[in-house]
Amino acid sequence: MIGLGLPRGFLVTLKNFVRPAVTEQYPDRHVGLLGAAKEAGMNPFQFLVRKPADSIKAIAGIATVPVAVKQSARFRGNEFTYFEDRCTACASCAKYCPLGIIEIVSVPGKIDAQEGESYKLEVFDIDIGRCMFCGLCVEACPYDALHMGTTFERSKYVRDELVISKDELADAPKRPSAFYRPQFEENAFDPFKETIEDFHDAGRHERPSDDDLKRKWIDER
Amino acid sequence: MAIKTQPVTVNLGPQHPSTHGVFRMRVMFDGEEIVDVEPIFGYLHRGSEKLAEERTYTQIVTLTDRMDYVSSMLNNQAYILAVEKLAGIEPSPRGVWLRMIASELQRIASHLVATGFLLQDLGALGTPLIYAMRERENILDLFEMICGARITNSYLRPGGVFMDAPTEFWPALDRGLDDIIRTIDELEAYLSGNEIVFSRTKGTAVLSPELLINASITGPMLRASGVDWDLRHRAPYDYYERVAFERKLHTASDNYARYWVRVQEARESVKIIKQCIEQIEPGPVRPSFDDVPRLIRPPAGDAYAAIEGSKGELGFYLVSDGGISPYRMHVRASSLINLTLLRDMLIGGQFGDLFVTFGSVDLNMGEVDR
Ligand code: SF4
Ligand code: SF4
Repeated sequence: MIGLGLPRGFLVTLKNFVRPAVTEQYPDRHVGLLGAAKEAGMNPFQFLVRKPADSIKAIAGIATVPVAVKQSARFRGNEFTYFEDRCTACASCAKYCPLGIIEIVSVPGKIDAQEGESYKLEVFDIDIGRCMFCGLCVEACPYDALHMGTTFERSKYVRDELVISKDELADAPKRPSAFYRPQFEENAFDPFKETIEDFHDAGRHERPSDDDLKRKWIDER
Repeated sequence: MAIKTQPVTVNLGPQHPSTHGVFRMRVMFDGEEIVDVEPIFGYLHRGSEKLAEERTYTQIVTLTDRMDYVSSMLNNQAYILAVEKLAGIEPSPRGVWLRMIASELQRIASHLVATGFLLQDLGALGTPLIYAMRERENILDLFEMICGARITNSYLRPGGVFMDAPTEFWPALDRGLDDIIRTIDELEAYLSGNEIVFSRTKGTAVLSPELLINASITGPMLRASGVDWDLRHRAPYDYYERVAFERKLHTASDNYARYWVRVQEARESVKIIKQCIEQIEPGPVRPSFDDVPRLIRPPAGDAYAAIEGSKGELGFYLVSDGGISPYRMHVRASSLINLTLLRDMLIGGQFGDLFVTFGSVDLNMGEVDR
C-alpha cells in the first residue's frame, strides 16, 4: 500500500519547514542587537556604548519593538474621522445606518442671509460597541464630513465607553480611510503616516466659484 | 466467538471543535458502527430573514455577509442579483466584472477552507489546515485592498460594486493568482496521491446520483457523483457566458471525489479570473444615483435569483410590496439542504469516518441556521 505518495508529501512539508515563516507578529516583535540598534537609529557599537541595559536585553533576546500592521488604505477601521466644520447635521448617516446607532440631535441655528440657514449640532454619538463597520454611513454622507477610521485598537472595560461623542470625534487625530473617498486615493494620502489638519482637504469637490454660483442661481433663472 | 455489544447513544456538539460551528448530533453507536444519527441545529439562528423585513434593500447586503461567513462575496452576489431582478436594474459592466472577480476569489478561499478542515477532520492536525489558511490570507488581503474588510465585505451594491479597485490591486491580483496556482499544486502534491488520504476517504459515504438529485443536493457534492450541473453553465448569470471554463466531474461520489472536485474547481476559478481581467472594460462601477437611488422601491412582485455558490445553489427569494424594504426574504441555503443526506451518509459507517464525512459536506453553520 505504501507508494510514492507519502514521501512526496513529506517533501512538501520539508520544503515548507525551511521556508520563511509568514506569521505576523503583533503588537511587538522580538529583535536582536542589530534590530534594536536600527530602531534606535544608531549603529550597533554606538548602541552598545550608549544604552548598555537595552543592549543586554537585546542580546538576551527579550527586546521588542512595536510592529506596524500591514493595512490597506481602504481599511474600514473604527474611530471614525469626523470634521465638524463640514457637517451640516443632515442626518443622512443616521438614516442610512442599518443598526440605527448614530444619534443626532440638531436645533435651528443662526439665520444668516449670507450663509443661509444653518443647523447647530447638539448631539452626535456613535455607539461603536454595536457598529459592524459596514461603512454605509460614510457612503451616505453627502458632505464628506464622516470618514471611516484606520485604527482597530479600541478595547474598553466598560461598554458605555464605546459610545463616542461629538467632542471625542472632533478631537481625535484625523486619519481617514480611503473607503468611498476616491479623493484620498487620487492625492496618494497615506493615513498611516499623515493626518489631515484642514477640513478643506477632506472634501470631494471644489467649492464653485462666485461666478459659477451667480450664473446658476441668478442668470439662469 | 461473537462479542456481545449494546447500542450506546453519544451526544456530539454543539460546542465540539469538529462540528464546524455549533452543530449537534445525537449518534447511536453499536461498537464502532453508527446505527442512528439525529442532527440538531438552530444554535446559530440570528433571524436574518426576519431582520431583512425592516431594512432597506442596500442595508440588507450587510446581513447577507453574515450568513455564510467564509463566502461573503458569493452571498452578496446572490442577493444583489435578486434585487436587480426584482427592481429591474441594469448593472454597470465594470461593476459586474469586478464582482465576478471578487466572487471567484471567494470561491477559491472557501474551497481552501473546506479542504483544510476536511484534512483536519481526517486527523492531519494542523499542517494542511495551516497551509490552506495561509493562502486564504492572501485572498483576504486582496479583499481588504478593494473593499476595506476581510470577512464581512459588503462590497456589492445594487447595480455593481461601491468603488472601483485601487490601482495597486491589479498587480497584487496577478501575483496572488500565481501564488494560488502554486499552492494548489502543492496541495495536490501532498494530498491527491497520499495513501493515507486514499485509504480514509475512498469508498466512504458513497451516495448515488439518483439520491442526490432527489434530495436536491447541489454544488461539489453533486458534481462528485458525475452529474453535470453547474449554474454558471446551466443558467449563466452576470457575464459567465463570456468566460470559458471546464466543469470538473468525478464519478466515485465518495469523500475523496468531493475533495478532488473542490480542488479542481479552485483551479478553474483562477482561469475565470484571468479571463475577467482580460475582458474588463473601463467605465463606472455602478449606475448613477439618478437611475438607482439609495432607497430602492421595487414594484410589487417577487423574484428569485440563484448562483452557483461555493457549496451549491445559493438562491435569494424576495417579495416586494412596493415599499422600501422587502415584504419577505427567503434564502435557499445550500449548506442546509446538503445536510439533509447526513443520515444516509453516516448510517452503517464507522465512528472514525463520522467527522470526515461531515467535513466533506462542507457546511457552514452560519448559513444552515441563518
Ligand atoms: S459603519 Fe455601518 S453600522 Fe457602523 S455606524 Fe456606520 S452605518 Fe452604522
Ligand atoms: S456626518 Fe455627514 S451625513 Fe452625518 S449629519 Fe453630518 S453631513 Fe450629514
